[in-house]
Amino acid sequence: MNFKVISFVTAAATLLLSATVFAAAPIKIGALFAVTGPAAFLGEPERNSAKMVIDEINKAGGVKGRKLELIVYDTAGDATKAVQLATKLIKDDKVVAIIGPSTTGETMAAIPVAEKEHIPLISCSAGSKITDPVKKWVFKTAQNDALAVGRIYEYLQKTKQTKVSILTVSDGFGASGREQLKSQASKYGITVVSDDTYGPKDTDMTAQLTKIRGSHSQAIICWGTNPGPAVVAKNVRQLGIKTPLFMSHGVSSKKFIELAGEAAEGIRLPSGKVVVADLLSGSDKQKKSLLAFVKDYQKHYKAEGDHFGGHAWDAVMLIRNAVENGADTAAAIRDQLEKTKAFAGIGGSFTYTPQDHAGLGKDAFVLVEVKNKDWVIVK
Amino acid sequence: MQFDQILQYTLSGISTGAIYALIGIGFSIIYNATGIINFAQGEFVMLGGLLTLSCLELLNLPLWAAVPCAVAVSTVVGVLFERLAIRPLRQPTPINLVIITIGGSILIRGLAMLVWGKDTHTIPPFSGDTPIAIGGATILPQHLWILAITLIIIVINKIYFYHTISGKAMRACSYNRRAAGLVGIDVRRMVLFSFIISSAMGAVAGIIVAPLTMTAYDVGVMLGLKGFCAAIIGGMSSGISTVIGGLILGVLESLGAGLISSGYKDAIAFIILLLIMFIRPQGLFGKADSERV
Repeated sequence: MNFKVISFVTAAATLLLSATVFAAAPIKIGALFAVTGPAAFLGEPERNSAKMVIDEINKAGGVKGRKLELIVYDTAGDATKAVQLATKLIKDDKVVAIIGPSTTGETMAAIPVAEKEHIPLISCSAGSKITDPVKKWVFKTAQNDALAVGRIYEYLQKTKQTKVSILTVSDGFGASGREQLKSQASKYGITVVSDDTYGPKDTDMTAQLTKIRGSHSQAIICWGTNPGPAVVAKNVRQLGIKTPLFMSHGVSSKKFIELAGEAAEGIRLPSGKVVVADLLSGSDKQKKSLLAFVKDYQKHYKAEGDHFGGHAWDAVMLIRNAVENGADTAAAIRDQLEKTKAFAGIGGSFTYTPQDHAGLGKDAFVLVEVKNKDWVIVK
Repeated sequence: MQFDQILQYTLSGISTGAIYALIGIGFSIIYNATGIINFAQGEFVMLGGLLTLSCLELLNLPLWAAVPCAVAVSTVVGVLFERLAIRPLRQPTPINLVIITIGGSILIRGLAMLVWGKDTHTIPPFSGDTPIAIGGATILPQHLWILAITLIIIVINKIYFYHTISGKAMRACSYNRRAAGLVGIDVRRMVLFSFIISSAMGAVAGIIVAPLTMTAYDVGVMLGLKGFCAAIIGGMSSGISTVIGGLILGVLESLGAGLISSGYKDAIAFIILLLIMFIRPQGLFGKADSERV
């Protein structure tokens, strides 16, 4: 073999290689999560889950021979940063879709960017105003607060309890819950007899609960994320209040049971199905996805997968399915997303239509109760 | 408004107030010895709680051993802070020192976030959590621990400042640093002592509240501010006035949340702070130029 042949072979090989590299150019997906800052309890599992599922997909050979590439930026829960980073993802990184942001405030700020640049955005936050009214390029995977409130009220109506006290945290999550709790009450024949709030960093809620005890309500509904509700649970026990206590889906993780300890026993709350995945009946369509997610998360991060991470998992899988159906540009992915039908994910069974970009029904939540430091499903 | 509701508000307020008092005294001791407000005081409260957690869970120590261990480590952090950040300063004007303590508090909080993560943690109560009924109100055994330990610390403080040589020397520094130096008191050593005492006290406060309020890397901010409020109400005294300041603050907060609106709970503390600053900057009980130790 002389020099010419060698160089020819090398050139051919290089060409061939670069051709395969070209064919397998990854599909770039952007993600904005609040990995640090006050909403880190959302952003961290979301980032972990998104990375995990992208890795799994790529390990299995990608989608239609194309790898997925995830570009994650940390918004620190800051709406201004979310807007800047969304622009950066679109202009510099040339992504075809964006997952996130983690909170409703950030999402609302990032929506105009996605709408203007025509890039599909799948938000991981719960606020109902994100997809109501419907925006052409915006979808979401987190369950609406309205659905969680509906679950509790439905149960109260069934058990003929009509007077409730509400105790909500004074941040975005609590304010949105409070709004829903008050506006939906009359629909279920329920009256809110006392309406109190507490600060996100408060360490003692006995004052509010003493007031609630005096209001003779039949149920107490507390709306917040850790650690506040754990303090509320402990204070309720301390004051010897026997009124049933309900919480929001914001605390549906083992962490809450750990923090509240004994005081968590008997508390009921609406939760995504992920915490009770193994208790679901075999006919539940989500069971397979749920078990796979829980097992994967345990394997990768040695921690319990929660429904926050699930929102990101769902978003990645929705995009994956769109790509599998032949979409690889922003516009095609959006069109395919809108055609999603009964995709059994972590948050629920998603069916998007041109009129509905939230995609979930009330069956996304189950009512669970804490018994012996674990969750059981309330029938 | 029933009597038992008021009683419950008051009891809750007193137990929260005792914590504010402990933290407030920590502020006062350092202020009196050095003339600076140590804004890192809240971080020692956080360290106390989280270090106890580590001693319990990582080293598997029993509670009676974990508590002194956590206090000791927090105190070492306090000493290091004084040695590395406060003492090397060439021209220690109050404003420089205050800025340094704020920087120190951000640093300690950041390190704590890396060590313990962003989660909230809890430690078990010292003696169960069966509520104790007093009249129509209830408190927890942990509340009794808080009140008892606060009381003990205040008594020890009193004895130290009035009946020991180094305590008296520290008081001398607070009256007049220069004069104290001239009579042979090592002022810098007294400053170090003040950091030792207040970081240990902050840690104790953090440990005894952790079973009730839980703890996380960022609990120091709010507790620190409330403790500062208590100290201001008490006129920066490291004795009984700050304790009363803390109790007043706790009870008013609790009554305010119960009787007016829970939304204004934190506002109450800061309205009191501003009023005191405007109307009686020497504190609620202080004479215009009183002794402060």
